[in-house]
Amino acid sequence: MQATPHGAKPELHVSIQQQDFDVGVLQQSLLGNAAAEGAVATFTGYVRNQPPEQALTALELEHYPGMTEASIAAIIERAMERWPLLAAAVVHRVGKLRPGEQIVWVGVAAAHREAAFDGCECIMDYLKTGAPFWKKEHMAGGARWVEARAGDADRAGRWAVTERFGKQ
Amino acid sequence: MLTVRFFAQFREALDCDALEVPWQAELSDLDALEAALRARGENWRQVLDGDNLIRALNHVVVDSNVVLNDGDEIAFFPPMTGG
Repeated sequence: MQATPHGAKPELHVSIQQQDFDVGVLQQSLLGNAAAEGAVATFTGYVRNQPPEQALTALELEHYPGMTEASIAAIIERAMERWPLLAAAVVHRVGKLRPGEQIVWVGVAAAHREAAFDGCECIMDYLKTGAPFWKKEHMAGGARWVEARAGDADRAGRWAVTERFGKQ
Repeated sequence: MLTVRFFAQFREALDCDALEVPWQAELSDLDALEAALRARGENWRQVLDGDNLIRALNHVVVDSNVVLNDGDEIAFFPPMTGG
């Protein structure tokens, strides 16, 4: 983990929760007292009304308590080793959510935008395939588990191999 | 004692989210445990023979066989679909 400009360990926060979240409050929580942050990049994911043939009534998220938190912390720590991040946080909801509801939030603070953008995107890409969550779609006619998408693994994998994003 | 956990489709197919297995020398590695579970019945064999099976030991995904110790927590689950 890189030293921050004021020498402190970067802040890392993970929350797995049923309740909704306030993105304004979360973004503010990334900022320290020293005003070292020149950039904050955030991503908010929403439950999309996806099944084309049938309306989604709910998206249910199952997770593996304990492993989920540890996996996300490890994802954030890897990003902090790669980019000079001042703080990073992930909030992920579980349980039954309705279309249009917020489901996930990733926020990253850094001195400059490049680290903030790349760190946020990298954390989000790994969240898709490297943290133990499983989605189940509920529709009027029944329910089905969401299949993993190869494209999600590809997006995460490119951070491991490409020099395009290698800033270190 | 070993704790074995199942998630998502696997939990539903087996109607089992967790079970405890007495640790013994014959179950000293993950492959041996998986073989013992497979012998529990056809639905167990189907779940564990699937080619999208992910195995975790003490909250860390493992890609190959590992030694099991008394008190370990093992989990079997399908590919993760978070975010």
